[in-house]
Amino acid sequence: MTTELLNTLYVQTQGVYLRLEGDTLRIQHEEVTLRNVPLHHLGGLSLFGNVLLSPFLLHRCAEEGLEVAWFTESGRFQGRLAGPVSGNVLLRRAQYRALDNPSTCLYLAARFVEGKLRNARLVLQRAVRERGETEALNQALFEHEAALRQLPQARSVDEVRGLEGQAASAYFAAFGDLLLSGEFRFDGRNKRPPRDPVNALLGFVYALLTTQCTAALEGVGLDPQVGFLHALRSGRNALALDLLEEFRAWWADRLVLSMINRKQLSPEHFEERPGGAVLLNEEGRKAVIVAFQGRRQETLQHPLFKEPVPIGLLPHIQARLLARYLRGDLPEYPPFVGR
Amino acid sequence: MERLDILVTYDVNVTSEEGQARLARVAKVCKNFGQRVQMSVFECRVTRAQLEDMEAKLLKIIEPDKDSLRIYTLPGGREKCLRVHGQDRYTDFDDPLVV
Repeated sequence: MTTELLNTLYVQTQGVYLRLEGDTLRIQHEEVTLRNVPLHHLGGLSLFGNVLLSPFLLHRCAEEGLEVAWFTESGRFQGRLAGPVSGNVLLRRAQYRALDNPSTCLYLAARFVEGKLRNARLVLQRAVRERGETEALNQALFEHEAALRQLPQARSVDEVRGLEGQAASAYFAAFGDLLLSGEFRFDGRNKRPPRDPVNALLGFVYALLTTQCTAALEGVGLDPQVGFLHALRSGRNALALDLLEEFRAWWADRLVLSMINRKQLSPEHFEERPGGAVLLNEEGRKAVIVAFQGRRQETLQHPLFKEPVPIGLLPHIQARLLARYLRGDLPEYPPFVGR
Repeated sequence: MERLDILVTYDVNVTSEEGQARLARVAKVCKNFGQRVQMSVFECRVTRAQLEDMEAKLLKIIEPDKDSLRIYTLPGGREKCLRVHGQDRYTDFDDPLVV
């Protein structure tokens, strides 16, 4: 098992205290030890809401490169532990130079969007195969074909974003047709805050996946904030969001759809907050995390390498390919396209 | 990296005070690598390097003329060679860990 796949510990019980005892992580709740986990089993910690960490545990995580990420209780990303600056300074210089080169920016932005569109098209095509055409599905497929055709001719990153936006709005107009359970409806994408269960679910899974993409980029020594499709903004992991595009439909959306369609989630897993925000509750988050982690461990035949690869490793593979492209070791950056 | 499921069992002679101390130190090392499944029995999922590391640490603690230490490697992993009955305190750390 590779280190990238080492398990992430998700802590969402409020008021839990994590501390180090020797090389073992001890999880305590009001003097009761809930669990002991030897540190070598862990690749990272994801902490939701009011979870305390002892200083020594934090030091150790920084030292050993364990990814620690903090989220609000409802799953919004808050922060991340940054250890000593590491990785290859030459690679980072290549990354910053690429940012100042409009043609490289355009090239990479177009490749990320190409990955996104092709994967979204797969999700739509599968839906048509399984339960027949609908007007919205046909329209979305048409928009994706059109955008994919126009993408190579785009002359600026803004044009690429425009094509992506057009396809995305058709995609989300059709997304409701992919839900089989009568318990949930989808009337368009909304966020900050999500206003219905499906949007809450999408936001939560995207957040989990963003952490994975960030970790993968950090892992190869790239700066996750310096992106090409997403504009730079203080505190925003633009490159992680770029990479996320390739996985949104194929990984996150399909997970959301299968959880709803297999009735692994019901309206009881959500709660409405004053002001109309809808969020997953503790039980709901737990169910999603278990499904998300399960998916990470599944393997697929990698379309490029023709070898079985655990899905959890895909962001790491893409990060490595991107690093090699930026350093000039690869003439092309191949976005991930599933099957 | 390939990982092994190993079984570590020990008897530490506790008639003396030093014996008590050794017992505690042996348990501590074992805890850092795996989990207690019975009083003096630990199951650990470790790489070869971690196994060597653990063994070396344990050998520094035990007194060969008084204590006994046995390390079994489970060929093909614990799922293949283990039948558990009664109380089972084992957690698979490769499963999603949600607290």
